[in-house]
Amino acid sequence: MTQIFAYVPFKNGVAGDVAFEFPGAAKKIDAGASVTAVVSGSGADLEKVANELTKVYAEVIKIDNTALAYPNAEIVRKALTNIIPADAIVLVPHDTFGMDLAPGLSIKLDSAYVADVVDFEGMDGTTLKLIRQELGGAVSTHVTCNAAAGAVITIRPGAFAPVDGGASGAVVDKSGDAGDLSAKRTFLEVVEAEVGDVDITKSDVLVSIGRGIEDEDNIEVAQELADAMGAVVSCSRPIVDAKWLEKSRQVGTSGQTVKPKVYMAMGISGSFQHMGGIKGNPFIVAVNKNPKAPIFQVADVGIVEDILDFMPELQEAIEEL
Amino acid sequence: MEILVCVKRVPDTAENEFELNSEGNDLDRDDLVYSVNEWDNYAVEEAIQIVDNLGGSITVVTVGDDEAEEVLRREMAMGANNGVLLSDDAFDGSDGRGIAAILKAEVEKGKYDLILTGAQADEGAGQVGGMLAAMLDYPYASLVNKIEPADGKIKVGREIEGGNQEMNEIELPCVLSIQTGINEPRYVGIRGIRKVASVEIPVKGAGDLGVDAGSVGEAGAKIKRVDYFVPDLGDGAEMLEGSTDEIIEKLIEKLKAKGGL
Ligand SMILES: Cc1cc2nc3c(=O)[nH]c(=O)nc-3n(C[C@H](O)[C@H](O)[C@H](O)COP(=O)(O)OP(=O)(O)OC[C@H]3O[C@@H](n4cnc5c(N)ncnc54)[C@H](O)[C@@H]3O)c2cc1C
Repeated sequence: MTQIFAYVPFKNGVAGDVAFEFPGAAKKIDAGASVTAVVSGSGADLEKVANELTKVYAEVIKIDNTALAYPNAEIVRKALTNIIPADAIVLVPHDTFGMDLAPGLSIKLDSAYVADVVDFEGMDGTTLKLIRQELGGAVSTHVTCNAAAGAVITIRPGAFAPVDGGASGAVVDKSGDAGDLSAKRTFLEVVEAEVGDVDITKSDVLVSIGRGIEDEDNIEVAQELADAMGAVVSCSRPIVDAKWLEKSRQVGTSGQTVKPKVYMAMGISGSFQHMGGIKGNPFIVAVNKNPKAPIFQVADVGIVEDILDFMPELQEAIEEL
Repeated sequence: MEILVCVKRVPDTAENEFELNSEGNDLDRDDLVYSVNEWDNYAVEEAIQIVDNLGGSITVVTVGDDEAEEVLRREMAMGANNGVLLSDDAFDGSDGRGIAAILKAEVEKGKYDLILTGAQADEGAGQVGGMLAAMLDYPYASLVNKIEPADGKIKVGREIEGGNQEMNEIELPCVLSIQTGINEPRYVGIRGIRKVASVEIPVKGAGDLGVDAGSVGEAGAKIKRVDYFVPDLGDGAEMLEGSTDEIIEKLIEKLKAKGGL
């Protein structure tokens, strides 16, 4: 029987959303697999999360150690290599923690590694068929992986529907098996993001610009459209990397989470890290000059135009209303 | 500080429309425009700034074919001191683990304090840095957006969710994957490219590196890409068509209905 272990990160005593998405992913790998959640940390928060997870997992392994109080990937990796059988399938979220942990874990377990998986097409013998994307979502690929000697797989957050209940599992304490938890990397502190002059999370309408804006001076064009709409200008990451707008305007997993009614994605390709910051199912309008831009698969309305021509025309039409 | 930066030649997502070849098993690569993986430029820039402050040298390395040499030259024009091309038919079809194994062999030929990679490349896996570190038993940090060298150690900031930053202290030697935004990569002009045009770039194969050909390439790969596919256009969005005026008229109606105006 396929053995699947799902590593669940948590914050402030609450399991990450992906904890409830792993069971769906596991079912697509092998409907008959045994699925075990693994949580590591220290103290009451860990206890709380482990108990919460018994509602969706048949078994929850808990690793309690003060060295694991902060999820330092090097230390977590050591604990997991001592507890998870090397030939198992291990699921990890494809987020900033998973990207830190999973590649090295696959080496230490001598397993196959498949990153950022968006779907599974099941097992054929010991061959697992998966779907992932490349080139920022512009193309998808079928990938096969020989899972006989184990596999570490990172799961794209949000790619699998969450489950709600369905199990009444038990917590198994494996703190004693974690082994040597010394590390060459020491966690110091978390520095919180700076608050910007505009709070994009409060606006019902966002005119969001991406690399398609091409030049810092063109931001004015977006600002004028936003003014006409009573909206606020937000952006994708490259705009912040270029220092054209401040970090607090960035929408995405490494930026702000926004919940507007209407989201105007102007010259944004639609990478999952960007879309991951848009919640609450807004009406998404995408304007992109590339008819194959991945954003057209997730937007409600798509328009193939050059934003630098389109935005001023739209602004004029709105002002004439 | 002796720094090795791993770089990759990738199809440029801004310059290409991706189509499948006639067999449907690969991209139609005939007219693709390639460039240096965006994240790698940030890694090279960071290396240059560290060496400017502390002294040392920078080597850029890539696993690839003859054409991959152009990205080494570009990064050398930017300011890297040396380039190494790891190239061999036996490397074809390597998965991330295979690439990391090839790079590991090169790392062991030198004496590097710091090894940098981009946070991810065209495949979006973000895997090679973490695998390389684990193979070498070096500490690793991904998505690094701040580096402060100190004696025998460095302080690194990692990007985590919500724009927050996680600070760590790491022992050297180590491997770091570099996230965009850490710096502003310098411009490379034609003059810079010309200056390094005739610099000799050593090419090393499996034999030179002492890599067992069966452990890399297609034979050693634990995962295989079967094919590419492009999801059908319009799977999601309702595409508005017509003249720009017509499109704007339809859009305004929709925006009114959805509370956008
Ligand atoms: C760990 C991690 C975290 C990340 N976090 C975030 C995040 O929080 N937020 C975020 O946004 N990204 C994030 N990214 C980066 C993300 O992967 C993408 O690189 C980024 O979102 C791309 O931004 P973009 O769509 O603006 O640019 P591109 O992908 O370059 O797309 C630009 C688009 O504009 C179109 N275009 C160009 N010119 C025009 C024009 N004149 N008119 C119309 N269209 C035009 C192009 O066709 C293209 O589709 C993260 C990446 C990593 C690895």
